[in-house]
Amino acid sequence: MLRDALTFQLGYNATLVTVAAVLLGIAAGVTGTFLFLRKRALVSDAIAHATLPGIGLAFIALTLSGHDGRYLPGLLAGSAITAMSGLFAVQWLSSRTRLSEDAAIGAVLSAYFSLGIVLLTIIQTMSTGQQAGLEGFLLGSTAGMLLSDAILIALGGLLVVALVFLFRRPMSLVSFDPGFASTSGVRLDRIDLTMMGLVLGVTVVGLKVVGLILIVALLIIPPVTARLWTNRVELVVILAGAFGGIAAWLGAGLSASAPDLPTGPLIVLVSFCAFAVSMAFAPRRGLLSSFVRHRRFQTGVHLRQGLLALAQGQPIYEPLTIRLLKARGLARADGVPTRKGTIRAARAFRDEKRWEVARATPELELAAARYDGLTQIEDVLTADQIVEIDRRIGPPEAVP
Amino acid sequence: MQARLEDVSMRDMRERATQGGPLVIRGMTVAYDRKPAVFSVDASFRSGRITGIIGPNGAGKSTLLRAGLGIVKPLAGQATFFGTTLARSRDRVAYVPQRASVDWDFPARVVDVVAQGLYRRLGLLGRYGRDHDDMVMTALERVGMEDFSARQIGQLSGGQQQRVFLARALAQDAMLYLLDEPFAGVDAATERAIIKVLKTLRSDGRTVIAVHHDLSTVEEYFDDVLVMNVRKISDGPVGTAFTPEALETAYGGRLERGVRDPQKARA
Repeated sequence: MLRDALTFQLGYNATLVTVAAVLLGIAAGVTGTFLFLRKRALVSDAIAHATLPGIGLAFIALTLSGHDGRYLPGLLAGSAITAMSGLFAVQWLSSRTRLSEDAAIGAVLSAYFSLGIVLLTIIQTMSTGQQAGLEGFLLGSTAGMLLSDAILIALGGLLVVALVFLFRRPMSLVSFDPGFASTSGVRLDRIDLTMMGLVLGVTVVGLKVVGLILIVALLIIPPVTARLWTNRVELVVILAGAFGGIAAWLGAGLSASAPDLPTGPLIVLVSFCAFAVSMAFAPRRGLLSSFVRHRRFQTGVHLRQGLLALAQGQPIYEPLTIRLLKARGLARADGVPTRKGTIRAARAFRDEKRWEVARATPELELAAARYDGLTQIEDVLTADQIVEIDRRIGPPEAVP
Repeated sequence: MQARLEDVSMRDMRERATQGGPLVIRGMTVAYDRKPAVFSVDASFRSGRITGIIGPNGAGKSTLLRAGLGIVKPLAGQATFFGTTLARSRDRVAYVPQRASVDWDFPARVVDVVAQGLYRRLGLLGRYGRDHDDMVMTALERVGMEDFSARQIGQLSGGQQQRVFLARALAQDAMLYLLDEPFAGVDAATERAIIKVLKTLRSDGRTVIAVHHDLSTVEEYFDDVLVMNVRKISDGPVGTAFTPEALETAYGGRLERGVRDPQKARA
C-alpha cells in the first residue's frame, strides 16, 4: 500500500497531493533556512496565523459577488493580503515601540487568528447553500484537491525556490553579519522584505496541504535538521530542501495509504523523526557524538594529569584517573607506576616542559596558542624547532 | 612634509578634506531613545594615516563609526567619503565590525567568510572562480590564517576570528578601512599581526580608522587620534591631541593614575 503511494500508483488524487506536497516541502525547507539563520523563525508563525482572516474575507467577498466562495486562487490572494498586514504589524511593533519581536509576534498572531475564527463562524451561519469547508485551511485538507490547485501549489513552490537561488548571497550575508552586509551595499530592509515575502509565499501556497497551524514546522524543522549535518550555508539550504521534500513525499504517501490519517500532520511527524534521528546521531553536532567527544577529552585529561603526577612522584587521588591508568597498564591499583607507565610519564613530562618553553618563546607564539594540555608538541612544531627547545631545556633527566 | 602636516590648522584640514578626504563627519548626533550617544561631532580623517578613535566605554566611538556608515540612523549630521556619498564610494570603503557582533556558530568556513568581501565583485549570480579563490587566499595569508581556510568559524579562537574579519576587509581591496575595536580580547600575537597589516595598508597609501580603548598602545599604533566622550574632545596628530588634559576630560576620574600621563605610560 505504502509502496504504491510512494511510486504514485494510488490514484489520481493521491498523486496530485504527493507531487504538490513534495514541491511545497522543498520550497519550505530552502526558504526556512534563511529564516532560521536570521533568527526570525517565529515570524513565520505570525504570518501563517494572519492568513486566516484573509481567507474568511475573501470567501465572503467571492460569495457576495456571486462567485464560488471556495475558488482557491481567490482565497489564497485574500490570505496573502492579511498575512502581509500581519507581517507589517509585527515589524512596526518591534521596530517602533519598546515591544520585543517575540512579544509583537504573540500579540499579532493571536489577534489575527481570533479575527479569523470569528469570520469563519459568521460564514457558517451565512445561508449560502454550500458547505464552506474553510476549517480545512487550519490543518490542511487534501481530499478533493483539483489539478488546478496542485498546479498552483507546484508553480508557487518552483517560483520560491528560484527566488531563493537568486538571492542566496545577500540573504546569507544579512543572516551572518547585517552591519557588514549594509556597508557592502546590501539594502537590509529590501532583503529582509524579500525573505519574509518568500516565507509568506510558502505559507499561502502551503495552506491547502498542511494548513496554517503546521506550516511553521515545514519552514523550521528541515533547516534545523540540515544544520546538524553540515557547516556550510549552501549545503544547509540544499539538505533542508531535500529533507523537506522527502518528508512531504513520505508523509503524503502514508496518508494516501491510510486515508483516515491527515496529510499535513503526517508530513510534520515524518520531518520530526528525521530531526530526532539527526539530533541523536549527526556527526559532531549530534548528542551521541558530543557525548563521545566529551568522554574522550575527559579521558585524555585524566591520563595526562595522572602521567604528570607519576613523573613527579605525586600521589593521585582521583579514582577515575587511577582506573584509567590501570586499564592501560600504566599503574597499579595503589598508584605505583608500571615499567611502561614510568616511560610514558617521563615522555609526558618532557612534552609538558617543551610546551612550557614554546609558550614563553615569542617566535613560537602562534603555534603555542594551540596548547590545550593534550596535543603533543610534535604535532605542532617541526623537528628542528623541538631540537632547539630541547637544547634550552638541557639533557633529559635519567628515567629512574 | 611630515612636519607641515602636523602644523596644518584645523580649518585648512577641514577644507582640504571636503574636497575628497577619505572621511569627513559633520554635526553627527546619534540618540538611542532620547539619550544622545554621540553629540554634534565634527571630524575629518586624514588620508594615508592610521587614526584611533579613543574614549571610555559608552563614549559613542563605535556608534560614531556605525552612524557614519549608515548602519545606525543619525538624528542629525552627515558623513562624506572621498568627497561624495557613501553609496558612491562603497567600493573604496571596508568595514570590520566588532567580533562579538555576530554569531560564530553560523554555518560557514573561514574561506566563506573571507569571500563575503568579494560580494560587490560577484553580485547576485556572478560565478566564484579561481581568481576569486586566489584573492581570498592572499587575504588569509596576509593575516597568517592560510592554514585555517577550511576551518569551521565556530572553532576559531577570538584572535583568529578577528583576523578572519580583517582578511574579509582586505579581500575588498578598499582605500579606507574602518575597524571597530580590532584589538578587543585578542591574544598578543594577533594584536601584532593586525597592527602589522594596518601599517602595510598605510604604506600603500590607504587610510585606516580604528576604534580603540587601550590607552597604553595609542602612541605606538596611531598617527592621529580623535578623543571623544559623546562630544569630540580633541583631534589631530597624536603629539598634539593625545594630551593628559584631553584624557582627563574624556575619562574624568575613571582614568587610573600612571596612564593619565601618556608620556609616562610609554616610558
